[in-house]
Amino acid sequence: MSKRSIVPFGPQHPVLPEPIHLDLVLEDEKVVEAIPSIGFVHRGLEKLVEKKDFNEYVYVAERICGICSFMHGMGYCEAVENIMEVEIPPRAKYLRTIWCEMSRIHSHLLWLGLLADAFGFESLFMETWRMREKVLDMFEYSTGGRVIFSVNKIGGQRKDMDNDMIREFLGVFADMERSLKELVKTFLNNSAVNSRLRDVGFLTKQQAFDLGTVGPFMRSSGISRDTRKLGYAAYPNLEFEPITSEVGDCYARTDVRIREIFQSIDIIRQAAAKIPNGEVAVPVKGFPEGEYFMRVEQPRGEAIYYIKANGTKFLDRMRVRTPTFANLPGMLETLKGCQLADVPILILTIDPCISCTER
Amino acid sequence: MPENIIIPISPEGLLEEVLKMKGSGCRLVQICATRIEEGYEMSYSFGKDLDLYTLRFCIGEDVEIPSVTEIYPASFLYENEIHDLFGVPIKMISLDYQGTLYRTEKKTPFK
Repeated sequence: MSKRSIVPFGPQHPVLPEPIHLDLVLEDEKVVEAIPSIGFVHRGLEKLVEKKDFNEYVYVAERICGICSFMHGMGYCEAVENIMEVEIPPRAKYLRTIWCEMSRIHSHLLWLGLLADAFGFESLFMETWRMREKVLDMFEYSTGGRVIFSVNKIGGQRKDMDNDMIREFLGVFADMERSLKELVKTFLNNSAVNSRLRDVGFLTKQQAFDLGTVGPFMRSSGISRDTRKLGYAAYPNLEFEPITSEVGDCYARTDVRIREIFQSIDIIRQAAAKIPNGEVAVPVKGFPEGEYFMRVEQPRGEAIYYIKANGTKFLDRMRVRTPTFANLPGMLETLKGCQLADVPILILTIDPCISCTER
Repeated sequence: MPENIIIPISPEGLLEEVLKMKGSGCRLVQICATRIEEGYEMSYSFGKDLDLYTLRFCIGEDVEIPSVTEIYPASFLYENEIHDLFGVPIKMISLDYQGTLYRTEKKTPFK
């Protein structure tokens, strides 16, 4: 008869230096159940909305997470703009799209690097992050910041990119695309890498749906849904389709994210070709009154921004449902039946962001 | 344009309405509470393709509501969050952390 034991995983773990804890119930080396604990560093940022002017809160929203800070700021602004019926200028919509896709590229490259680090492929990790560094340089050049950009405001953007800068960025992305095509061969074809990713951590299409998963984690189980199709920013004017895989294992999640990087580069090219000249913001007067559920496709999946406003400068409620929060039940399901040695890789392949979760 | 609508329901009709959502093929998107003068405003959001439907009802302070984890197992995190931050009592959560999901210095800080 196999022996049952409980092994703690986290909140400090070499592979995942973020504060999440799991109690792994094992039968010999096989995981039969995982019980999560979060809330080690809950920051209560949602509550701050009651004390910050709704315009100032953009800066708080950006600080929910350092990886998708741009999209948090934008999601909040879009929610308030919807309540106030503010139509931002077309150029601002394209700028938001370009910065969103740059965020997705840098986030996916960051994740690929972490994955390589997790299975001990240090040179692959460094090579991936070297590439990511170029995206951060472009962020610094265009916004002044590498992590927090502060370019969103209610009514549009605080900064513009001139056309020379956009052309320069396209050159960098063309170089990056060439290098990336070489780099991803290792992720997708190397036998040692494949042995850690293939046939590990399956999540079926039905499970992905039932457990409310989102983003690449969901799409790699065969569900074709992408919140960008809702039509915010300039996405309605651009051609793209959700990237999916039918397999649902760790390899499929890697493959989907890699293809999403190439897709993001393509979206940036399309946006650069279509971006109109003109203003990047409109003046916004008055205070918001009403409520709205805004949805944004972040690198990790759909994020929800619920705003309830009462006609004063302070909002009644700001609620963020982050993609990692939605993906935790799916992650627990994939852990069932896996080997203890696969747990770190498996957790990583949902691309967890505990900073977002501990908003 | 995808739908994004709020559907008012009665607190007593919660399980029935959530079952209808499940029956119509909706996924659970989020659950949240908002503090109002008389108690709490509860929002249960469900998605079908890109449409979003939010069930909405209000409850008084300390009024217990049933868990929907039997219908949507993934709701246990949302329900524990609402319990820990707002103090809304929710009965029969499949995985009940008994107030320890969030290790906040102050109990129910959003109450």
